[in-house]
Amino acid sequence: MSLEQFKNRSVGTQTYKMVDYEPTPDTGMGRFQRVVSRTFRGELFVGLYVTMREMINALFGGGMHTTKYPFEKLPISPRYRAIHDMLRLLESGHYRCIGCGLCEKICISDCIKMDTRYDENQRKEVTEYTINFGRCIFCGYCAEVCPELAIVHGQRYETASEQRASFSIFDDMLTPKDALGQQQEFDGFGAVSPNADDNIKKTPLAY
Amino acid sequence: MSNEITIKIDGVEYKTQEGEYILNAARANDIFIPAICYLTRCSPTLACRICLVEADGKRVYACNAKAKDGMDVTTTTEEILEERRAIMEVYDVNHPLQCGVCDQSGECELQNYTLEMGVDSQSYMIPDSKRESTNWSSVLHYDAGLCIVCERCTTVCKDMIGDAAIKTGPRGGATLDKGLKESMPKDAYSMWNKLQKSVIVPSNGTGETNCSDCGECVAVCPVGALVSRDFVYTTNAWDLKRTPATCAHCSSGCQIYYETKPTSIEDSTEKIYRVTNEWNYVSLCGAGRFGYDFENRVEGKDIEAFDRAVEALQKADSIRFNSVITNEEALMLQTLKEKFGTKLVNPDAYAFQNFLRAYGRPAGKLLYGSDFKEIMSSDFVISVGASLRNDNPNARYAFNNIQKMNKGAGLYFHPVGDKVIEGLGKSVECFYHKAGLEEAALYLILDLFADRDKLPQETIDYIESFHTKGTKIVKEKVMESVTETVIDSETGESKEVSKKIPKMVEKEVEVNENALVTLLGGADDFADKFAKMMKKKEDFALIVGEDLYFHPKATNLATLVSLIESACGMKVAMIPPKTNSLGVALICDLDESANGYTVGYNEAGDFRLSALGDGDLDMPAMNQQEGTLTNMNKRVVPTNAALEYNGYELNDLMSALKSGRKLTIHWTEMLGNKKGFQAIEFDALPNGYTNSGEENRGYLLKNIGKRAGSVKVEKFDETLSLDGEIAYRCNPQRQFSDFTDKAHQIFETFSLYASPSKAQLLGEKVEIDFGGEVLVCGVVVDERMGGDIVKIPDFKSTKDIYSLFGRDRFKTVTIREV
Repeated sequence: MSLEQFKNRSVGTQTYKMVDYEPTPDTGMGRFQRVVSRTFRGELFVGLYVTMREMINALFGGGMHTTKYPFEKLPISPRYRAIHDMLRLLESGHYRCIGCGLCEKICISDCIKMDTRYDENQRKEVTEYTINFGRCIFCGYCAEVCPELAIVHGQRYETASEQRASFSIFDDMLTPKDALGQQQEFDGFGAVSPNADDNIKKTPLAY
Repeated sequence: MSNEITIKIDGVEYKTQEGEYILNAARANDIFIPAICYLTRCSPTLACRICLVEADGKRVYACNAKAKDGMDVTTTTEEILEERRAIMEVYDVNHPLQCGVCDQSGECELQNYTLEMGVDSQSYMIPDSKRESTNWSSVLHYDAGLCIVCERCTTVCKDMIGDAAIKTGPRGGATLDKGLKESMPKDAYSMWNKLQKSVIVPSNGTGETNCSDCGECVAVCPVGALVSRDFVYTTNAWDLKRTPATCAHCSSGCQIYYETKPTSIEDSTEKIYRVTNEWNYVSLCGAGRFGYDFENRVEGKDIEAFDRAVEALQKADSIRFNSVITNEEALMLQTLKEKFGTKLVNPDAYAFQNFLRAYGRPAGKLLYGSDFKEIMSSDFVISVGASLRNDNPNARYAFNNIQKMNKGAGLYFHPVGDKVIEGLGKSVECFYHKAGLEEAALYLILDLFADRDKLPQETIDYIESFHTKGTKIVKEKVMESVTETVIDSETGESKEVSKKIPKMVEKEVEVNENALVTLLGGADDFADKFAKMMKKKEDFALIVGEDLYFHPKATNLATLVSLIESACGMKVAMIPPKTNSLGVALICDLDESANGYTVGYNEAGDFRLSALGDGDLDMPAMNQQEGTLTNMNKRVVPTNAALEYNGYELNDLMSALKSGRKLTIHWTEMLGNKKGFQAIEFDALPNGYTNSGEENRGYLLKNIGKRAGSVKVEKFDETLSLDGEIAYRCNPQRQFSDFTDKAHQIFETFSLYASPSKAQLLGEKVEIDFGGEVLVCGVVVDERMGGDIVKIPDFKSTKDIYSLFGRDRFKTVTIREV
């Protein structure tokens, strides 16, 4: 399409198709006749029939579209950014978080805090981790920056609470140990792209 | 000594000093040459080889090639870049990818240079070997897996600290494929070859370093291999807020950064996580690096206690304080003295003040002539009256640095044996003289170094009176030819065979015996050794320590020091006894002893102002207040508050007494009224170092001349030497005051410290009788001590050690086991 068409702003030269309307009656009798003919035409019942059909279909035919919200929830896109989840390693069940602190650093509303220590196994242990959801703007940077896919956005979007700010601690967000089987991999921001392997240069290994 | 020359770096001409390393010349002129293993003020290690440059067409290492006039240096060529990239690739071989949890957290030089050299692929490989992480001491944590063996830690430990507590040891890794020698860049190969063979280990063969725990190795580590045990995995570096400050523990007044962050999620009060320093230009000791949590946490303002304090100050007859205060506070106390006539009592500063005055009288000076920075550039250093290892770590670093970097020599005069000083270098000669003979030591220095023309005739005669011409029998090896008759066993013929046999012959030699050397316990062959030590030496320095200030004849000693300075052409620097003794000595008019109602500031008194949290009114500790300190380099340096303080400070008390200023730091410019100080406002004082290592902190005190008076030196008094059981008032390493004691990472206890042999005789717990008053404490073995003198610390103000020792530092005591 060339720009010519857009540049032509003379409306009258366009090829409009006029709707085939009857001419408006100009006598009193003519108008009266039109009212009577429109009133008693069967179109009204066509409309009523459609409504009735849909009602019966919804009630008895299983065609109901309403979601009974608190009891029923719609599935949401994996890229939706709701309350965070902390994931576990599928093999060992240990939490994935290594305590690197990148989420804490990148957080633009400064709502993530963590405490770490040197544990007995010479690892960095995350002793506590909180997100202040009163400040969180759900930007998704934390999930995107996380090198371990440990912090991700989950599906819990109801954030109404009795307090203005509600805090979540590590255990609240961590996948329960017995629900490890139901843990879902995150596909949103920060997830590994499908062609990730192609973008990696392999390092020679001697063993 | 040095001449200015011009060199060309990348086509641009720069001025530098002759004999300066190319790397330092470039750095001073803001030109970047990559270097990992090099440390300013230490000898080049040549471990990383990354500072490769081209000088006059030849490939040299910028860290150990000296600049010559007209030299043309190219910092990057195609070939050099290739070499550097290969080196970084090799460093990245098997380096664990634990950057996420590594404590270096982004301050990593390995990471920086890997990115700088654009390493985006790896072309080398070798099987990895398991390298365990270990704890070297109560504060040092070493993760061999992260170590790149740049040897900065070993270099700084040897060249700067003087402990040489760590060295490279075998790694037990796989050997390199010989074929690589041909295929890969030359320097990268040799660097890798060395790297693959070594790892850092404590040099005493055990798993523990047994060093002075200064943590300087932690500071210089370019990667996260060396970290303090307390800091491991507690926080990321980027979360910490850096507050530039001055260390408040000893008179070095080192530049430090307090690094703070909220304590935890639950507790949002700020806490100091670590102390860092500009390690290229200043070296900290263990107290400075690990003794940081001495703050006084106060809930709020205690109005009642404040009112009582105001009342106490009004009626006080004397104020007792120590030198762990800022110049501003000292000035406030002096203002109180001027207003109310209160006596100011501070034993350490008082002794130092008197010594300084006596020293300044003959030459007409306010302060000692040199400082420790200048002393570091000398090549012959003498220390008198200072237990260098304990009194002032930086003085010891200077002493050591001269031995290692300037091919220097040193004389150490002290009654207490010290194995660390003995081991600093081959040209270090220790005189373990009897306590009290410090005067004789100074006379010996005059004898050895003084220009006879500059000495008064009386003194020359006196010195000469110690010399006697004697004869000495020396054994010499002489080859003697002997003729023997040997009977050949086969033929039965007898033959005469002559051969040469070494034989010891006694020979009489005429020697010039010096009674002073003998008196001070010097070695018999000192004269020969001294002749060797003096070879090629032209720059002499004298370090004077606290023993002289607390000597019965301190005035005469001070005069002698002044005479040495003028007659021997020596640089003289003194170690102020405590943190700000120099500042207090210059600002306050001090009194000898307290009487009447006494207010104690961090000291005992009828009413106690205390930053230790145990007084009648709380005061801020040094890491909670702004102000200036006067350090031993005669510099007035600023310090800032790292932690908040909610209570009252001295200035509030001053305001209640109608002589306060709005803020404590408004007193800084008032210091200008005092001799030597300048009227500069606090906020205008810088606190840092320039790229060339120049100290840009605060300002230097002016050494304003006074009217010179002629003072005669007295002969030394041999009767002052002490015999029997002797106690020496001296703190263990890393302990300086109540504040270091409060810090949780300083473990040295309040005990009697003795050499292993002496400790064995004493038992575990002893009672020390000071001729009436008795002190009971445990015995701790200090393996680095020698001799029979025991050390008694003075860091606990509640023990009131100063009153036990009185005006002396050495005291004859009776020690009984309990």
